[in-house]
Amino acid sequence: MNIHEYQAKQLFAEFGLPVSTGYAVKSADEAVAATEKIGGTRWVIKVQVHAGGRGKAGGVKLVDSAEDIRAFASNWLGKRMVTVQTDSEGQPVNTLYVESCTDIANELYLGAVIDRASRRVVFMASTEGGVEIEKVAEETPDKILRAVIDPALGAQPYQGRELAFKLGLQGVQIRQFTELFLNLSRLFHDLDCALVEVNPLVITGEGNVHCLDAKLSIDGNAMYRQPALLNMADPSQEDSREAEAAEFNLNYVALDGTIGCMVNGAGLAMGTMDLVKLEGGFPANFLDVGGGATREAVAEAFKIILSDANVKAVLVNIFGGIVSCAVIAEGIIAAVQDANVEVPVIVRFEGNNAEKGREILRANKLNIIAATSLKDAAVKAVAAAGDAA
Amino acid sequence: MSILIDKNTKVLCQGFTGSQGTLHSEHAIAYGTQLVGGVTPGKGGTRHLDLPVFNTMQEAVTQTGASVSVIYVPAPFCKDSILEAASAGIELIVCITEGIPTLDMLQVKESLDNRNIRLVGPNCPGVITPGECKIGIMPGEIHLPGKVGVVSRSGTLTYEAVKQTTDKGYGQSTCVGIGGDPIPGSHFIDILELFENDPLTEAIVMVGEIGGTAEEEAAAFIKSSVSKPVVSYIAGVTAPAGKRMGHAGAIISGGTGTAVEKFAALEAAGVSTVKSLAQIGDALSEITGWD
Repeated sequence: MNIHEYQAKQLFAEFGLPVSTGYAVKSADEAVAATEKIGGTRWVIKVQVHAGGRGKAGGVKLVDSAEDIRAFASNWLGKRMVTVQTDSEGQPVNTLYVESCTDIANELYLGAVIDRASRRVVFMASTEGGVEIEKVAEETPDKILRAVIDPALGAQPYQGRELAFKLGLQGVQIRQFTELFLNLSRLFHDLDCALVEVNPLVITGEGNVHCLDAKLSIDGNAMYRQPALLNMADPSQEDSREAEAAEFNLNYVALDGTIGCMVNGAGLAMGTMDLVKLEGGFPANFLDVGGGATREAVAEAFKIILSDANVKAVLVNIFGGIVSCAVIAEGIIAAVQDANVEVPVIVRFEGNNAEKGREILRANKLNIIAATSLKDAAVKAVAAAGDAA
Repeated sequence: MSILIDKNTKVLCQGFTGSQGTLHSEHAIAYGTQLVGGVTPGKGGTRHLDLPVFNTMQEAVTQTGASVSVIYVPAPFCKDSILEAASAGIELIVCITEGIPTLDMLQVKESLDNRNIRLVGPNCPGVITPGECKIGIMPGEIHLPGKVGVVSRSGTLTYEAVKQTTDKGYGQSTCVGIGGDPIPGSHFIDILELFENDPLTEAIVMVGEIGGTAEEEAAAFIKSSVSKPVVSYIAGVTAPAGKRMGHAGAIISGGTGTAVEKFAALEAAGVSTVKSLAQIGDALSEITGWD
């Protein structure tokens, strides 16, 4: 789960990390009021969307008058922001963040991820702050410093000091950075993070270490024990069909093809998409109805797939393990009738009660084609989508 | 021979009296698995499915002599259940449950590695040695005792590979679902090593998917240490970057973990790869010369 920068900064502050004073606002008036509360003569105003690359898209501005703030607010609020990390539709802008302006002497990078290969939380730091860290890692890997956290012991002060000295920090900055590193590690573990990034981490004009940006991504599996974070979810930033599918325990990811796919099992769902492509078609979506697919799940899955106007045919691929294909067949017929499905539906059954499921489909006069094999199903779906186009 | 489990394996079920534990224990017993009891704290001393229920794993292991446990408890309690099984002297823990927090798994994995205890899963279909022992949620009837070792990150994709090897008449020595999480208890390499050393396994099917670098590591291991023919399929060529495709571990992030990279690494290691999951059985015939 992702949260906004302003929410991440609230959490940073709770964990004793140095962030600027700021306020999340939803109107131009609130934005102007926020500058008065902050004080001073210069502020930074930032668009809040769940995507990086906001700066280059014009979503971050240094402002020193109420007019500037109002102009920025009316330019963005209620609009959508397209960045290198969004799709062509962009993300809706509902919130802006106003904070005090920081005098920057130097920009650094500090981040932490769960490294799958080493099975450790790994911190990465670099003197190359404010830019894409993937690019730095690829082009100049020696500029990425690492600290590997022992899962039993947690982060240790010496690891923070080592990073601080290698980053070229001096004097009081060593202690400040070490404390920041330990607090960030505590935050990472206490909040079940999947990723934390401070990009840039800056040295201010006064020589202090300061978090100028904050990005948090939370492990979806841990949400049951992070109720406070659950309240920070912003459904407006998510694909509405994906969110709807999640409510029914369905995994759905929208793609831009014409063949809707409904499959049980995540791996098989990907495999089915790949097979559609291999046979010359284009999958419209990834959809896993789950290992224990029910009639209700099948009906809901049809609704979500068909809410995509590009869909010209639906390919159902079920490998019945515990679930009976006969039950799924009845679910498909009910869904096709209820949802008034007009596109051809190609069904491939295998495993538990597969033949009975095929018989049930054949006995109906609906526009459902029973495939004889996996390849046959993909070929028929591609042909059906082509005919309908 | 087979790997990990056989007809003599004594199995305990954690979360025995719950709905999932009950359903899949019934199937396991019907298949012939030597399920010797289960654990549900607070229900010790009772019987379930005509088998003893214990309050603790310590007691269950002492009373039954079991060496393997299968876990169906809900995700919030899995870390505790795995560590309890490990401390009770269980040698192989198979965790079926999906949705365990990744930070829990980092600690569990570290603790188990330090004690040389093997974990398969979580978020997996389990392990089966056809005709002998079934531990998990896979449909027993699609399997056939035989000579192909199957290892996979995905449940239903494993079933596809199994069915194709059954239809060909080759059968399977053992099938291992290592699960779709980013931090699995066992990696491809761990299972490939067992298959390489198992006299009954004559060829290996490895089914991977996008996310992480486990397939690349497996490719390097196959090149250096596996003499048996390997057929591999990777799911997710059409998966977009940055999107989690169902499994927690199936995500292309920071440009790494793509199917294209994995296919390339496996091909460079001499593995016979198939781009269509319908071709697994045929590729096996081709590479082995089997009828």
